Amino acid sequence: MTSKTTIPVHLDINGQRHTLELEPRVTLLDALRDRLGLTGTKKGCDHGQCGACTVHVDGERVLACLTLAAQAAGRTITTIEGLAREGELHPVQAAFLEQDAFQCGYCTPGQIMSAVACIREGHAGSDEEIREYMAGNLCRCGAYPHIVAAVRQAALEAAS
Amino acid sequence: MRDFDFIRPATISDAIAAAAGPGSAYLAGGTNLLDLMKGGITSPERIVDITRLPELNRIETLDDGGLRIGALVRNADLAHDPAFAKAYPAVAEALLSGASAQLRNAATVGGNLLQRTRCSYFYDTASACNRREPGSGCSALGGENRLHAILGWSDACIATHPSDFCVPLVALDTVVEIEGKEGRRHVTLEEFHRLPGDTPQRETMLEPGELIVAVRLPAEAASFAAHARYLKVRERTSYAFAVVSAAAALVVDRGKIRGARLALGGVAAKPWRARSAEAALLGADADEASFVRAADAALADASPSGDNAFKIELARRIVVRALMAAKAGTPERMPALPASPFSSIPGVRHDA
Repeated sequence: MTSKTTIPVHLDINGQRHTLELEPRVTLLDALRDRLGLTGTKKGCDHGQCGACTVHVDGERVLACLTLAAQAAGRTITTIEGLAREGELHPVQAAFLEQDAFQCGYCTPGQIMSAVACIREGHAGSDEEIREYMAGNLCRCGAYPHIVAAVRQAALEAAS
Repeated sequence: MRDFDFIRPATISDAIAAAAGPGSAYLAGGTNLLDLMKGGITSPERIVDITRLPELNRIETLDDGGLRIGALVRNADLAHDPAFAKAYPAVAEALLSGASAQLRNAATVGGNLLQRTRCSYFYDTASACNRREPGSGCSALGGENRLHAILGWSDACIATHPSDFCVPLVALDTVVEIEGKEGRRHVTLEEFHRLPGDTPQRETMLEPGELIVAVRLPAEAASFAAHARYLKVRERTSYAFAVVSAAAALVVDRGKIRGARLALGGVAAKPWRARSAEAALLGADADEASFVRAADAALADASPSGDNAFKIELARRIVVRALMAAKAGTPERMPALPASPFSSIPGVRHDA
């Protein structure tokens, strides 16, 4: 009954430009995963409660599940796939490996995207501050002590 | 989510024209609206994306010494603005105690005022909810209601307003700037949110199609900067809505209270200004006995709407503690856990 209307949406993701024809209701998360095959960004709760879909828009961490793709049009988007440079892991990715900061790994892309921003914001000055500013990323395996250790390590490396 | 027309106006007047028809909704941060749309709690036919309107994104000092904050200023940007946090520390603390860093990067000033209750029956379309569907009843009455309202509720609705930000704002006499087809008008934040009465579906003073363009803090709001705190009891350490919260702001001169502001969060369908408590504080000694009297005044009309009688005593205690914290003085630096009542506060008893 309803006619399907789509709009052209230009997305700049990890340095690549994409033009998609999307229904306006498509979230950035679904566009990344279902249209572009960028499945590193996880669909956890889809309600803004778990942080698994954390990406950067114009360098700042936001939730892709509560952002329409159309809202992100023309902005610079970075996903977990865009962090590594020339085969080298991003220092936060390396710190998560070194500190064994995950078990099942499902929340890890969101944790890492959040951690990169947390350090850049200057909110990784103490374990207490790291825990508070990483509170939007849930880990059902309970790997929190190692996650805090990884963020602390990466923050110290970034400062040195 | 039901599909919708997506419109991105270039000016405020275009936005208001675009949203004039029924079934329209403005989209700013989207952190509440998109969630409501996914659940079918609200299903707009037309979304008017206002996020690219630059004039709504400014923080300006006014000639009279007040501050005007554009409706699209994001929670994170406002809370981390050093000049803002210094002048209005309880507001910054409230912002940082809300949601998560990701959500604060998207959520806006105007959207915060317009966020809907987190009553679980409001979100569950299989439940009765007079707020969502007028006349359908209230599943929260007699349901899971330990977090529901203790002030200003009615038999039609016992939900609470979830905002932290609005609590110090209402204490500081904030004014909401609204634009509509008829032009611009101003409503105090205290009047802006309605109590449920028989019409809980009418949550604010906004008429259909009207747009919040800014909020204004009057010049006097900054006079409390040395003694202003926000405290918030949550069911976990962080990233949770308030069970109860309080914003307290004082002007203290030689041990006497010369100015007092108090508001409560998590207790009613609106941020709750406790004017009778403020009256009790004015001229009194700045000590615990005065703060206990003020807390009693603030909760004098409270009554449980269900299994939540504990919130009345909890609110009394958080009022006393917030006033003690305000008296002790605004901390030099934002606490690592903003608004946490578990941080040590000089002179405050643990069981206060």
